[in-house]
Amino acid sequence: MAEPCIISVRSLRNSFGDQVIHDGLDLDVRRGEILGVVGGSGTGKSVLMRSIIGLQQPDEGTIRVFNEGMVGKEEDEATDVRRRWGVLFQGGALFSTLTVAENVQVPLREFYPEFSQKMLDEIARYKIHLSGLPADAAHKYPSELSGGMKKRAGLARALAMDPELLFLDEPTAGLDPIGAANFDNLTRNLKDTLGLTVFLITHDLDTLYAICDRVAVLADHKVIAIGAIEDLLATDHPWIKEYFSGPRGRAARRGHAKRPENKVVDKQLEGRP
Amino acid sequence: MAEAADFSIEQSSDDAAIVRFTGNLAIASIGDLDQRLQSLDVAVEQLDISGIAHIDTVGAWLVHRTAKQTGARISGADADARQLIDAVGGVDETEQVEPVHTTSLNRFLAEVGSGVVVAFTTLLHFLGFVGQVVKASFILMMNPGRFRWHAVVQHFDMVGIRALGIIGLMSFLIGIVIAQQGAVQLRQFGAEVFTINLIGRLTFRELGILMTAIMVAGRSGSAFAAQIGTMKITEEIDAMRTIGVVPAEALVVPRVIAAVIMMPLLGIYASLMAIIGGGLLCWIILEIPPDTFIQRLREVTPMTDFWIGLIKAPVFGAIIAMAGCFQGMQVEGNSEQVGLKTTAAVVQAIFLVIVLDAFFAVFFSEIGWD
Repeated sequence: MAEPCIISVRSLRNSFGDQVIHDGLDLDVRRGEILGVVGGSGTGKSVLMRSIIGLQQPDEGTIRVFNEGMVGKEEDEATDVRRRWGVLFQGGALFSTLTVAENVQVPLREFYPEFSQKMLDEIARYKIHLSGLPADAAHKYPSELSGGMKKRAGLARALAMDPELLFLDEPTAGLDPIGAANFDNLTRNLKDTLGLTVFLITHDLDTLYAICDRVAVLADHKVIAIGAIEDLLATDHPWIKEYFSGPRGRAARRGHAKRPENKVVDKQLEGRP
Repeated sequence: MAEAADFSIEQSSDDAAIVRFTGNLAIASIGDLDQRLQSLDVAVEQLDISGIAHIDTVGAWLVHRTAKQTGARISGADADARQLIDAVGGVDETEQVEPVHTTSLNRFLAEVGSGVVVAFTTLLHFLGFVGQVVKASFILMMNPGRFRWHAVVQHFDMVGIRALGIIGLMSFLIGIVIAQQGAVQLRQFGAEVFTINLIGRLTFRELGILMTAIMVAGRSGSAFAAQIGTMKITEEIDAMRTIGVVPAEALVVPRVIAAVIMMPLLGIYASLMAIIGGGLLCWIILEIPPDTFIQRLREVTPMTDFWIGLIKAPVFGAIIAMAGCFQGMQVEGNSEQVGLKTTAAVVQAIFLVIVLDAFFAVFFSEIGWD
């Protein structure tokens, strides 16, 4: 348990043909934090996530997850690491021929075939409860669920193995503001309850303000800045300035400041130029 | 990385016990704790988890469930463990994850019933679909500017040109088989020369078209169903409707026209390839030279056989394309449906083709084209 960083990426290089996505990218994710990853479209946020979870082999660089090198590992290797993380893909990526409960049980069956069906049912039931779905969603098929419920079902599956590390790819994209705020709260609560570390790709400024401990900004093929939002506001990179100080960024900051529990932090914010 | 989850039972009074958990109450090290807890046969009054190294939701669930079943209280939980147990304990106990099982007789009756309903509604939908296609065809005839020539030509290529290799090879081999079998059987009567009648009449009248139809159903009918089915799942068809494009005009009519035009051409081509195969075998085995073979073929094969093939082919083509497009349009929900409907499209198309072929056979005999 001594590793300081759960994920550690060093001088990562990814390219598709002539198109360079990442070049010399460094990133550390600390245990127990929610790290938001932002960047313009095409800056390789999803490619970064896919590299870390081993769906995309990088050209160069090292990636260490739970202090184990991930580059060059085949899909059947490093299963010890794989069972310690959960991934929520953008569309939920639920298996469409299985019910929600069966979806949650897929990783459990794979890794723990000795569990009885009763045990699996019980685990599926409370995971579905934890991810905020009504209990009757358990035997529905993904096609019978709304977009928000699909994401929650995907989250229930991602949580099936009691992971220490959770990857969320744009969890609030396509949700209504109320659903998005609920999902943010859910993420925060789960992180507190289950002691998760969360790697969160998002475009949602409200999410960044509401739940992220640190934010990493991807641009120019690398992470150009990482830190709490207050620190990012102090940098003078044009993209970061535009991102956080554009109309939407200001609105999100105002919305964040209005909440009583955030008054102290935002006194500092107001003081900045 | 840590020791397995375990527990010990300590008798606290005459009829009550304390269960003390030790080790790692986590999914990876939980082992058979579930079964062992289920088979506890002492009255438990307290669950002590102060001795555990780590707890996750699976461990928390087991502790919570045991407490609930035995009425014991949980002690020694630190703040994190308390939070986990409360979080997993919030689930409503009465709700079943598995749907309620019915008796096999009920299930059988329900399946028969829904099968009948599905059969009738499918028939109705199919009639509606054919109506839509006919209507779309008329509208396109009235407004030829809206006709999608490009799509039709593209399907000519997919249905016709790209099928030439496989259909040619198949028909060539079928011609050889007919000739070889015919020669062996007819030789017993000293009537080998009638092998030519067999080849000429069978290929043009029946087998050339029928085998081509089966191949086109397998190649193109399935492709139509899969293409349109996938478009349904990705909401492309809904997008078309909203834009004002009629799917029957844009997707179905070009495919049907391509199949209707390509089927007779492929059928004639297949018959010719079968005759080449049969002729080759006659030359080698029966020593009938090609010029004699062709001369004899023209004497014994009436022109009506050719017309029969030519009349049947476009009908078969229309049925194959319609069945494929119809099944594609029936896809709803998930990706498994695409596979099911594709299979259904091929099976239905081949079945309908064979039924109609039998009908045609009787019909043409009755009108004297034999």
